[in-house]
Amino acid sequence: MKLKSLICGVLLMAAFPALAQTDEEKGYAIQAEANRRDNGYIDSMHDAVMTLKNAQGEVSTREFVVKTLEVADDGDKEMGIFHSPADVKGTAVLTFSHGTKPDDQWIYLPSLKRVKRVATVNKSGPFVGSEFAFEDISSWELDKYRYRYLRDEEIDGNDCFVVENYPVYEYSGYTKQIEWLDKKMYQPRKIEFYDRKGALLKTLTFSDYNQYLDRYWRAGKLQMDNVQNGKSTELLRKNYRFKNNFSDRDFTENALKNVR
Amino acid sequence: MIHRYTGWVVNARWYILILIAGLVVMAGYGIKDLQFKSDYRMFFSDDNPQLTALENLQKTYTRDDNVLLVLTPAKGDVFSPEILTIAQQLTKDLWQTPYSTRVDSLVNFQYSHANGDEVTVEDLVGDITQLTPEDLTRIKLYALQEPLLVNRLVSPNAKVMGFNVVILRPGINQDSETVEVTRYVRKLADTLRAEYPDLDVRITGSILMDTAFAESSELDMRTLTPAMLTIIAVALWFFLRSFWGMVTVLLMMTLAVIATVGMTGWLGIAFSPSSIPAPTILLTLVVANSVHLLTSFYKSVNDGVNPHEAIGNSIAKNFKAIVFCNFTTVIGFLTMNSSESPPFRDLGNITAMGVVITFFLSIVLQPALMAIFPADGRPRWGSNEGWKKFAHFVINYRHYCLIGMTIAVIALATGIRLNTLDDEYVKYFDPSVEFRRDTDYTSDHLTGIYRIDYSLEKNNGDRISDPDFLQRVDAFVQWYRQQPEVTHVFAVTDIFKRLNQNMHSDDSAWYRLPETAEMSAQFLLLYEMSLPYGLDLNDRINVNKSATRVSVTLHSISSQQVLDLEARAQAWLKVNAPNFARHEGTGITLLFAHIGQRNIASMINGLLLAAVIIALTLIAVLRSATLGLLSLVPNVIPSIMVFGVWGMLVGQIGMASSVVVAMTLGILVDDTVHFLTQYQYARNQKGLLPEAAVEYAFSQIGNALWVTSFILILGFAIFAISSFKINQEMGMLTTLIFAVGLLADFVLLPPILLFIEGFKKSAKASSLVEKKAV
Repeated sequence: MKLKSLICGVLLMAAFPALAQTDEEKGYAIQAEANRRDNGYIDSMHDAVMTLKNAQGEVSTREFVVKTLEVADDGDKEMGIFHSPADVKGTAVLTFSHGTKPDDQWIYLPSLKRVKRVATVNKSGPFVGSEFAFEDISSWELDKYRYRYLRDEEIDGNDCFVVENYPVYEYSGYTKQIEWLDKKMYQPRKIEFYDRKGALLKTLTFSDYNQYLDRYWRAGKLQMDNVQNGKSTELLRKNYRFKNNFSDRDFTENALKNVR
Repeated sequence: MIHRYTGWVVNARWYILILIAGLVVMAGYGIKDLQFKSDYRMFFSDDNPQLTALENLQKTYTRDDNVLLVLTPAKGDVFSPEILTIAQQLTKDLWQTPYSTRVDSLVNFQYSHANGDEVTVEDLVGDITQLTPEDLTRIKLYALQEPLLVNRLVSPNAKVMGFNVVILRPGINQDSETVEVTRYVRKLADTLRAEYPDLDVRITGSILMDTAFAESSELDMRTLTPAMLTIIAVALWFFLRSFWGMVTVLLMMTLAVIATVGMTGWLGIAFSPSSIPAPTILLTLVVANSVHLLTSFYKSVNDGVNPHEAIGNSIAKNFKAIVFCNFTTVIGFLTMNSSESPPFRDLGNITAMGVVITFFLSIVLQPALMAIFPADGRPRWGSNEGWKKFAHFVINYRHYCLIGMTIAVIALATGIRLNTLDDEYVKYFDPSVEFRRDTDYTSDHLTGIYRIDYSLEKNNGDRISDPDFLQRVDAFVQWYRQQPEVTHVFAVTDIFKRLNQNMHSDDSAWYRLPETAEMSAQFLLLYEMSLPYGLDLNDRINVNKSATRVSVTLHSISSQQVLDLEARAQAWLKVNAPNFARHEGTGITLLFAHIGQRNIASMINGLLLAAVIIALTLIAVLRSATLGLLSLVPNVIPSIMVFGVWGMLVGQIGMASSVVVAMTLGILVDDTVHFLTQYQYARNQKGLLPEAAVEYAFSQIGNALWVTSFILILGFAIFAISSFKINQEMGMLTTLIFAVGLLADFVLLPPILLFIEGFKKSAKASSLVEKKAV
């Protein structure tokens, strides 16, 4: 009798593997799938316009171009080149992001005509005064977080997995994020950021998704609202270009000086 | 008419008692919704220009309500591994404070330094286990010359350190959010004290000030009102020598206060430190009505009238006076609605509402109670003989009284201009309040608590990286640092200088502002990108990067000195930065520095209106314009004399001063009305001569006036024991005004009356003479 029920149990578990999965495993599995689907694009480039708004309603914009080179088994290499405001035009930032270690970062300052290496563990401060932290927009790596699946939920008519992400990086500005991941695209629809004391700090909403190379989804608009101080930032990502034939040589200290 | 009404009341006394008790319970049920306001902003109206300026600044940068925790080790300085370890842990714990958005301390200060072309941005104090004694010395040397740290987060002698937590309350239920923050921080401080008994831990900041406001209201509510009740009970028993009379008045007071406080809850008016006196003030006003009714009642009974008839007599005799007295009192309190500060409007409205409730209780419930309780009163003070003697004295020496009072008024009036307005808000709390002690300690040992903030920008919209702009800001900062009133100036120019040095391999020759706009902007971009969560510059620079905030911290100085300093700063800016756009100073300190002046300006119209209404009332009661207007005199001069004496003896006066005149005027007039109605009754109904009428008035109500005024004076004097200075000051001023007012009614009003009557008589006589001559 006992044996029979045991066999039944084993058979059942084999038939429905999901039943045996913990929420942590399921969360990881979902994000691993998201990671798998986004792999292999090799390089990309887009224009970005950031619009900052304070509680007073004052508005200010920053424009920059972002080039990305995919790196297997580590964070991507990324270069951002500022076009406006005028006084930072030509300033370029090169980042080798690493999942759980401090990034390597260099900045080219046209006013000094020099490249400065920046040594800091911080990725959590506001990026150019906006509501985005550098860690919010730098490349996403699977091992940056631990995960936990929460539930399925529909958001604006899109079926989503809701997953909690816990930052592994010691100097992250967050205790956790709650992410609504679109079941069709395996891309985020919304992320909530929780601060060090576990209170909701910001909400990031993704919209205007386009598919490139018949495979890779990219959001055209990211809206970050800080619920604590009433400030917000809109980030528009335009003119996505893939297959730029970028190589490691385009992402070096020397290359920084020659960008336009 | 009135006897028919009182007859009906006497018959229905039990029904009335039950009905009123039911109504009071219903009204009193509102007490469950009672709230205590804590935000310091409550003192300012929504259209206060200084408040608007402050809110604009806070919307442009960030709101910066704060908690400042101050640590002092028993010996040595703060740069020891033990203390720095505590500081690191504390910084971490403070990040857990509810609604905190930023924690600044010596240990997490973002220290930027360079090695060739490598720029490092890190916590000033990193892993303490790795620090050598040389490292500690280096950190100490750096910290003590860093303008953004010294006199702000560390004292120049390195013995005291501060931890500043910026709190952003969502404002859904702000008062409870304040409590939450305070509770967390106090618990943290207690844990520290328990764990490290040698460590001195202090807490201050605007959140703690808000807490102190709420706590002082609650304390006043808990102590003053019961103390007042007790004192009145004893005084009544002493004066009336009647147990049941005392019970009647206590019952009236209790019901009036419960109904009023309950209605306040129903209406959603939150109590604040300045409106908390309302229930206590009300107690004294109930006493006035009740005592007038009771003394007349006992007088009739003692004269042999049967009690039920005596109730009718008492109401008939006092009805007119009570109507007018309560009316003028309500007018006086409603006048406070013209105050600039909402808490004083609340004080006026709550009390006015209470007086209306009291009026109805006096004419409905009190006769019922007098019929229910035995009439056992034998008022002890001042026999009729005594009052007659006093009346003779005043009549005989009336010229001396008039001249003496006139001289006193003129002499004392010169003291009024010696008063200077002062609202140093930390000193609102006396040293028995922890917030006051901790704040004083902080001001003495670490950094000031008063602050002026400037948002500086050029009028052509240039970005802050513009070298001309930065140079002028820096000159402004340097000018401010030379002013003796200033402990610290926080500005981005110091960061730009440090960055310029960092970008030139930390060569100290480059510790100066960057030469071009591009350099400034690009250095800033690099630095901002390297800052951690919460320690950004968004509280210093606006989103357009076109304006920057300069915060000036001051020693504990008076409001007048703050205004002087700000005026000097404006003059400096006008000369040295003519191309700057918006640059008026703002902040809590300036808000309070302006409030006294604004309150007085706002009260003047209200006060004039009240004076006109009260004068018209007097004219209506007395049916005589001259008499009505002249009766204002004994009610106006007490304020003049008292503010004069205050100017000579104290000299500093806060925002409460403006409402005192309006508040006392309405109450002072009561005694005059009571006296004059008796006087007129004697003149017109009894046909007595002026001298005899004065004597009659004194003998009829001298006692009641004396008792009610004495209780009134006690009632307001009790605020002198409040730990809240605005209430203390109000208590002392009103007490003095009532005392002088009583004196004026006794020794000035009769001579004035006699003087007018004499004048009328001689005028009549001379017109007769003229007629004869024709």
